[in-house]
Amino acid sequence: MTVARFWRDISSRYNLYGTKCAACDRIYFPVRQICPECRRSSIGKMERYKLSGKGKVYSFSVVHDAPPQMSVIRPYAVAIVEMEEGVKVTGQLVDVDLEDIDIGMSVEAVLRKIGDEGPDGVINYGFKFTPRLD
Amino acid sequence: MDVGIVSYGAYVPRFRITPTEIGRVWGQDGKAMGKGLFINGKSVPSPDEDVITISTSAARSMLRRVDVNPADIGALYVGSESHPYAVKPTGTVVAEAIEASPELCVADLEFACKAGTAGIQMVMGMVGSGMIRYGVAIGADTSQGAPGDALEYSASAGGAAFLIGREDIIARFNGTLSFTTDTPDFWRREGQPYPSHGGRFTGEPAYFKHVGEAARRMMDRMGTSPGDYNHIVLHQPNGKFPQRMASMLGFSNEQVTRGLLTPMIGNTYSGAVPLGLAAVLDVASPGERILVVAYGSGAGSDAFDITVTDAIKEFNRAAAPTIDGLMENTRELDYATYAKYRGKILMKG
Repeated sequence: MTVARFWRDISSRYNLYGTKCAACDRIYFPVRQICPECRRSSIGKMERYKLSGKGKVYSFSVVHDAPPQMSVIRPYAVAIVEMEEGVKVTGQLVDVDLEDIDIGMSVEAVLRKIGDEGPDGVINYGFKFTPRLD
Repeated sequence: MDVGIVSYGAYVPRFRITPTEIGRVWGQDGKAMGKGLFINGKSVPSPDEDVITISTSAARSMLRRVDVNPADIGALYVGSESHPYAVKPTGTVVAEAIEASPELCVADLEFACKAGTAGIQMVMGMVGSGMIRYGVAIGADTSQGAPGDALEYSASAGGAAFLIGREDIIARFNGTLSFTTDTPDFWRREGQPYPSHGGRFTGEPAYFKHVGEAARRMMDRMGTSPGDYNHIVLHQPNGKFPQRMASMLGFSNEQVTRGLLTPMIGNTYSGAVPLGLAAVLDVASPGERILVVAYGSGAGSDAFDITVTDAIKEFNRAAAPTIDGLMENTRELDYATYAKYRGKILMKG
């Protein structure tokens, strides 16, 4: 990923900014330019919207065959998280023992390193999810 | 108008390793080493954690506890000796992650283990002069100890963030001073992965001289004596030094205990005194007085005289993890996993 491509997504990756359609109140993540339900009537009505970062595990998978950058932490879990706002977001689950992960488990977003472009490259940061005490 | 702490937040990674486990690998009596240093375990960052993520977690906890608009933060300083980049400030990412960007002053600081408290002093000046409404000072580290070196038993990770302002302060700064000399007790040259140190030279002419002088001069300036303080928070490269220093200054063990975290998490370097102060603020009551003395090799000490205000009664501590909370749900690592996580294993490509 180039530096500029990641940089454009910083507000989404650091602070979970998505979009809300002011015509139908649907929330989207990541950012959408147009509401697929309201279509042309959403033009000019798509607003910046910040997710709370809180949600529940909707589904998850444990990755054993990891890409090279992830081999240090293999095996690791990736989850689809249903956010409080109803939108589903995919992210890695951290700071949890794999056997303790359950569907419905409360989680919240934290900032972690997502990867880097080698030892002399830029470091990319973004959200991952950790267990949350209700 | 008084300048003080409006809020604070802390973060310590979940993983731990014991001195016994480190000693097992290097053929040393790790148990005796841990006893000698008074360190029962040290925190270890996950491979996806660094000073930027630790600082962000601490700063987010700090903001959760108060109703302050991040856009009103006029300065953010991160003190560390393990900034992820040599060139590109840690604070730029942290400020963006707490939505304090773009109208604020940001810089990374380095003064061995006291860069975080140096940041507090800088922000105090800016707030006190009316230049900014709020400022954030963070001390955080993912410190390095060369494999097999004595430092490996203590060098750990963690950090704390302080929101400094004039409104609704939970603790007031009565005064601050620094004591600085050219004393090469511990250093790391540019490009070197691990620091070097002067062994026993880090004791009397370095830690004890600077911390002692700063503490005595602070009490002289304030006209106080050890009995006027409820707590003393000292830099804690190991568990023994701060206890001995406090005793030399005339403080009791009870005054030291609450702000002493090294026995549980090791030496978090720039995070050490900020975390110790956070631990005290977690339990402090109105009117309690705290003497804080940080130490950075090279060498210097920053001293602070602090009084907790009535506002701490309304302060929403429960909105973010306390230090005690961060000591729960930990996971112990074996040395091989620790070495892998800390990048001590040479990988292909």
